[in-house]
Amino acid sequence: MTDVDAGSPGPAGAPGATADPAAPRRDAVRRAGTDTALAVSTTGLTKRFRGGQVAVDHIDLAVSRGSVYGFLGPNGSGKTTTIRMLLGLAFPTSGRAELLGVRMPEGTVRVLPHVGSLIEGPAFYPFLNGRDNLARSDAADRTADPRTAADRINGALDRVGLLAAAGKRYRNYSLGMKQRLAIAASLLTPRQLIILDEPTNGLDPQGTREVRSLIREIAADGITVFVSSHLLAEVEQVCSHVGVMRTGRLVFQGSLAELRRTGAARIRVETADPVAAAAVLQKLGLPEPLVARDEVTAPLGDFAAEQICADLVHAGIGVRGLGVVSPSLEELFVGLTGEGYDVDG
Amino acid sequence: MAEAPPIESGQSAESPLAGPGSAALGRTEGRPAVGPARAWLRFFLSELRQVFLRRRNLLLLAVVALFPIIIGIGLRLASHPHGGGGGGGLSFVTQLTGNGIFLTFIALSLLLTLVMPVVVAVVAGDSIAGEAGYGTLRYLLAVPAGRTRLLAVKYAVIVVFAVAVTFEVSAVALATGAVLFPIGPVTLLSGTTVSLAEGILRLVLVSLYVSAAMAALGAIGLAVSTLTEHAIGAIAGLAIFVVASEIADQVPQFAVIQPYLPTHWWNSFDALLRVPIDSSTLLKGLLSFAVYLLIFGSFAWARLTTADVTS
Repeated sequence: MTDVDAGSPGPAGAPGATADPAAPRRDAVRRAGTDTALAVSTTGLTKRFRGGQVAVDHIDLAVSRGSVYGFLGPNGSGKTTTIRMLLGLAFPTSGRAELLGVRMPEGTVRVLPHVGSLIEGPAFYPFLNGRDNLARSDAADRTADPRTAADRINGALDRVGLLAAAGKRYRNYSLGMKQRLAIAASLLTPRQLIILDEPTNGLDPQGTREVRSLIREIAADGITVFVSSHLLAEVEQVCSHVGVMRTGRLVFQGSLAELRRTGAARIRVETADPVAAAAVLQKLGLPEPLVARDEVTAPLGDFAAEQICADLVHAGIGVRGLGVVSPSLEELFVGLTGEGYDVDG
Repeated sequence: MAEAPPIESGQSAESPLAGPGSAALGRTEGRPAVGPARAWLRFFLSELRQVFLRRRNLLLLAVVALFPIIIGIGLRLASHPHGGGGGGGLSFVTQLTGNGIFLTFIALSLLLTLVMPVVVAVVAGDSIAGEAGYGTLRYLLAVPAGRTRLLAVKYAVIVVFAVAVTFEVSAVALATGAVLFPIGPVTLLSGTTVSLAEGILRLVLVSLYVSAAMAALGAIGLAVSTLTEHAIGAIAGLAIFVVASEIADQVPQFAVIQPYLPTHWWNSFDALLRVPIDSSTLLKGLLSFAVYLLIFGSFAWARLTTADVTS
């Protein structure tokens, strides 16, 4: 289950979107691996820092258009470095990255106008108010129309609920307002992809809920959302797909259902005579039943719980309770990324 | 193209970065085609507004304006008891009592030693390092502002600021000189007397020369600014650089390298106050500024376009 499931394009990524065979001027190098059904794709993407430390180690991301992709992993697992490479801010040591089918960082100027981003927390001029900060950002965008700037800025502020505070200096914003202003900046022009790096970092539960509902709204418009977090629980409800990072490597990629399937379900039998029950389970072929005080558990495998129940009763075991227990996503996630502070990245 | 993603494959088969294909990606979104020149101008004006409306910079400009006034008052008081010819050291000072326009050259000469370079250093050193410090650099590049384009806009703003500081000193000094001293036809350093109008024209040329010197310093500041995310470090580094160069320019043993020092030609603007104009000195000065601009401009470009932005 630690295999990288790189090829899976997910439900939205139907095949056949690659190429028009008639195009004569095809740049073979550039086209290799280009899949325009993917909003984000990387092959062997690696970043080694000058000190020799490998922050990102041969990761193969495949994010289908239209999906909400949760990019998960503990702090220091290489998520932000990956995002910086995707956005052309940092240059990969090796491997390649594509956004919307365009190679990065070479395609920065072409593709980034279609990509909104929040990178490692919000950052604005503290002495300008929210609206002026957005205006400044908009002025830097050579594809943005100055005639519609005021409307677009107000629209973005309204969308994140900051219209009333637009005239307030950024320095006086609360953390949640700062985060929302950064999201507003990512929505200034129509986008095809939004990259949000830890958008819920430092937010209270209310703020986290607000960000989640914003993500849902953005996704409902058909925009691909790539959202990173060190907490599965914060994005689990909005994601269709996840990629899990651990110390620079992508240890899982796929849909949430696929992640769930990686967890082995166990049968749990409550009984007054667990030893006898364990013997029955063993005889049926369930491996290594575990006996606790008044219960026994075993990996269910392909067995049907109903049949096991019948067999137990048939063998004269008094069954008080019986159930199938699957590990929670959180448990699977912790299993993938390791407990607590073992970050060696 | 089954899924009809907005970026067409036919277009991505074009040459990767430029050409009509690049525009297609924008057109599919129905974005208006904003001319690159207009877009550049918009970005430039936006950055210019940030620099000229920022309170810190306005305060600096206000302080700079005080210096010519203080110098003028000081020289007026000092010259009074003798009824003519104060000062000493500065060749302009003896002429000041005869003509207030000389306060401009005195002020430029004095402020060029430290005040003006430091004020230019604040804006130049802050240009990239300040953005990195606030974390806004990564967002500007993700917009995408374009690394080369951002650098060009930042430098253009520095040049405008350098010109503004220089002409501010000249204008305030001229006004102060006109109030405190008589003003009229100008006797140049070569002994020739020209009309007041020509004197002011020469003052404008002097100011342009000094602006060029400050713009060259700004290029050095821009380069230093790409090296750090601490604006104050870039500013202090540039100020120390200026002082070190000025000290080296005073030590006779360094005579061989002095013509190559960045500050060596700053005060050579007096070449414009002679008939005929000492164009040889003037051109050497301008060449020195151009070389410094080229070297440090290239360095800043090489650095910003290849460095990982980690701030």
